[in-house]
Amino acid sequence: MGVDLTLVEGAVSSHHDLEKAYIIRQRSKFVISLGDCAVTGNVPAMRNPYEVEELFRRAYIENATWPETPEQRKASLPVHNVPKHERIARPLHEIIKVDLYVPGCPPPADAIWFVLTELLAGRVPDPSALTRFGK
Amino acid sequence: MSQTIVIDGVTRIEGHARITIDLNDQGRVADAKFHVTQFRGFEKFVEGRPLTEMPSVMARICGICPVSHLMASAKACDELLAVEIPPTAVTLRKVMNLAQIVQSHALSFFHLSSPDLLLGFDSDPTKRNIFGLIKLHPEFAKDGIMLRKFGQEIIQLLGGKKIHPAWVVPGGVSEPLTADRREKIVAGIPDALAIARRAAEWLASVVDNFPDEAAVFANFPTMFAGLVSPEGNMEHYEGVMRFTDDSGRTVSEFSDPRKYPNYIGEKTEDFSFLKSPYYKPTGYPDGIYRVGPLARVIMAEKCGTPLADAELTRFRHKVGRAPASSFHYHWARLIEIIYGIEMIQHHMNDPFILHKRVRARARPNRSEGVGITEAPRGTGHNNLAMNRGVKQVAERFIRGTKIEEGMLNRVEAVIRCFDPCLSCSTHAMGQMPLHILLRGPQGETLDEIRRG
Repeated sequence: MGVDLTLVEGAVSSHHDLEKAYIIRQRSKFVISLGDCAVTGNVPAMRNPYEVEELFRRAYIENATWPETPEQRKASLPVHNVPKHERIARPLHEIIKVDLYVPGCPPPADAIWFVLTELLAGRVPDPSALTRFGK
Repeated sequence: MSQTIVIDGVTRIEGHARITIDLNDQGRVADAKFHVTQFRGFEKFVEGRPLTEMPSVMARICGICPVSHLMASAKACDELLAVEIPPTAVTLRKVMNLAQIVQSHALSFFHLSSPDLLLGFDSDPTKRNIFGLIKLHPEFAKDGIMLRKFGQEIIQLLGGKKIHPAWVVPGGVSEPLTADRREKIVAGIPDALAIARRAAEWLASVVDNFPDEAAVFANFPTMFAGLVSPEGNMEHYEGVMRFTDDSGRTVSEFSDPRKYPNYIGEKTEDFSFLKSPYYKPTGYPDGIYRVGPLARVIMAEKCGTPLADAELTRFRHKVGRAPASSFHYHWARLIEIIYGIEMIQHHMNDPFILHKRVRARARPNRSEGVGITEAPRGTGHNNLAMNRGVKQVAERFIRGTKIEEGMLNRVEAVIRCFDPCLSCSTHAMGQMPLHILLRGPQGETLDEIRRG
């Protein structure tokens, strides 16, 4: 619990993200889910209707030209020294407890400023007047 | 034996990456790899969605240069509608694109890279960042912040938001520029230009202080690729896609974006989510090319604006017509900032800039559309070129089995020269931890540094 506050951006999409989310929660007194990707999953979660294999096939086999044949490209898919994808991308609060949500794509600078200055003054702010989903 | 060093908090590069360095029996570098570690799958999940959604969805590829993705996507949609967009809309899109190049280059140079150049590659890593600059060189840091603000505010004045404006639409832009907003844009130009010229002046005066870095920061011949104007000058929004050899001599060009599959291939790498694009007629790996500011100043005959051309002349006099070292991306970036501000000024003086007709409307009339624009970082970075850069730096600075922090920083710094937007290049997103593994000949881990 050495960290007073952590702002977390982005959806939780890979094994690596998952690990980081747990570490952040373990070490932080207050966690803010910052931006629509963290709050709802947003654009990263648009992949959820597809299996990870389908995404890889499109990007690395069909939309590539080398190695020469699709079979060879299939054999050289990026799997070494890169994190494994979770089946779906999820919002942060599905993984860990979140203390405050600041939505927006991106959250306006004024909303971030308001939230941080209120927290520093010892108050828990309500940023809803300054931001909304997609704003 | 194995040893692990953990350093937290790399913030001076954009995206997610890992580096592995393999040593041979003599403790020398046998191989080095740059692994980009995030991937979202845009290629698949946009299939079947309405074209009107595309610019906004594609912009979410990146929060630093969303305008590039807006532009490329909107241009592809213009093609699908088969419309010619109103000339004022073209000019306004160009202004937003230039504003983005100014702010993104300012971020890359001042916030991410200048701490290495100003404080030293081996200086205290806790101060070697924008906050250290604010303490130790407040005027310089302020310059960077103000220059970035100049670009971001133009984007907001045009599109309503600094990041992810919804203003660029298929067929043009959604709203014309107003006279009062034009005045606000014009008012910021003199200060921004003064800052950019000051930075270039400073860099020109210190570039000789880094002979070791200039010698090994990805210093090898490759092809170059990017847009030029029909006259062969600097261009970021439209024009001709040019490929040159390592000396900057044109190899080929194409002007219809739909022809790109004849020229550009992409290699799948089994160790990275970033693919390596290559010039298809030459093939892989000899057809790898560099893009972005260094490629653009090498490929262009000239910038076409007076102050940027004066700086380009000084650059060429000092480092040559086609420098092979990626260290010189920094200087090229500053030339482009000057050019960008001059061009914004030029467009603001366009007598039709406030014209109200800024959008052509149509339904889809074509089944295929491709759009190409120059992002601040170029038309697609190459994983292999960055691998080679990382390896070259590692060979120069690694001896034996212990990693020094300054070496780690130089490995990062070569990546900073390229300023790859890894979110853009893999359509991934997130922050940029760096993870370096030093492996012995049997694959055992000798040393490990992890940040972030």
